[in-house]
Amino acid sequence: MVEFTLPKNSRMTIGKTWPKPQGSNVRAFKVYRFDPDSGKNPRVDTYYLDLDDCGPMILDALIKIKTDIDPTLTFRRSCREGICGSCAMNIDGINTLACLHGMDDVKGDVKIYPLPHMPVVKDLIPDLTHFYAQHASIMPWLETKTNRPAQEWRQSIEDRKKLDGLYECVMCAACSTSCPSYWWNGDRYLGPAALLHAYRWIIDSRDEATGERLDELEDPFKLYRCHTIMNCTNTCPKGLNPAKAIAEIKTMMVERRV
Amino acid sequence: MADVNRGERPLSPHLSIYRWQVSMFTSMTHRITGVGLTLGAVLVVWWFLAASTSAEYFEFADKVLTSWFGSMILIGSLWALCFHFLNGIRHLIWDTSRGLERETAQKTGIAVLIGSVALTAVTLFVI
Repeated sequence: MVEFTLPKNSRMTIGKTWPKPQGSNVRAFKVYRFDPDSGKNPRVDTYYLDLDDCGPMILDALIKIKTDIDPTLTFRRSCREGICGSCAMNIDGINTLACLHGMDDVKGDVKIYPLPHMPVVKDLIPDLTHFYAQHASIMPWLETKTNRPAQEWRQSIEDRKKLDGLYECVMCAACSTSCPSYWWNGDRYLGPAALLHAYRWIIDSRDEATGERLDELEDPFKLYRCHTIMNCTNTCPKGLNPAKAIAEIKTMMVERRV
Repeated sequence: MADVNRGERPLSPHLSIYRWQVSMFTSMTHRITGVGLTLGAVLVVWWFLAASTSAEYFEFADKVLTSWFGSMILIGSLWALCFHFLNGIRHLIWDTSRGLERETAQKTGIAVLIGSVALTAVTLFVI
């Protein structure tokens, strides 16, 4: 449902401003904080870092804050090179991976929020349970009916090429949580990430459940809540194009009827 | 358990913190102009109805619609029509799964915005 304002318990307050260090290259970081044990509303804390004394990426800044200033700051991170998809968050107004977003890409104060329109577990950590369940619902595996070949399932080079731009998705949820349609109808609309994965299996030449997969998506909400807003494609930190994948599914829906 | 107070989790901010994108703006405007045009169409129908009712009534309706306020609404509707028309073509092209690349969609979005203003101006001053 469309609801432009935040519920009462979610409205942000101004939080603590931490001391400013000496130095010529100091930058302010405004970070969303929520402590589930306090019973208080989320707040936005301000931290200052001397960039001459810090790594180049936003994730470096967050780690620096956690190590040197405030150990209670909580966020997910793992690989620090855009492969694991853990550190997805809203930085400077768009969803991206903190490890791939350079400090130089942001002008002025660095504003950091969790992925938009998600239940917040703590600080920058959203609850992705529903997002993962939606991914599971599209059957993200090779579905076959014919007998298993003696060796591997073969695929031509051309057919393999069709998976480029799809298989690279790391399920960071940046795209789905950037989508206004997913904000308002995320309970029933699958969202760009799950649909991109659905398309990845639909066009896989080895998959033998294409019809069933399309049947499953033929639904006013699951697929057709996509209105080509294209926030997903604009925000994808891996440069993929979920909007195009969804359009291809819609085209296939029409083609199989005529 | 980790999820003791799952029900009370706050919702992270969305619309208020998300940076505006051209494609997001055109999508939203497409919808608003669509709804707005239905209202604009009602006004035009009222104008025609008045013309077929009586000369006095038409004079009244005409006065309302050609007043500065009425003109503002009609010019607004004209722009809305131009925008909805051009962006509708964009959507039709998208439906053939073409023009969906990031840069292309950005460019066509800006083109539609400029084009809608240009079309409005042409209609107003030339025709």
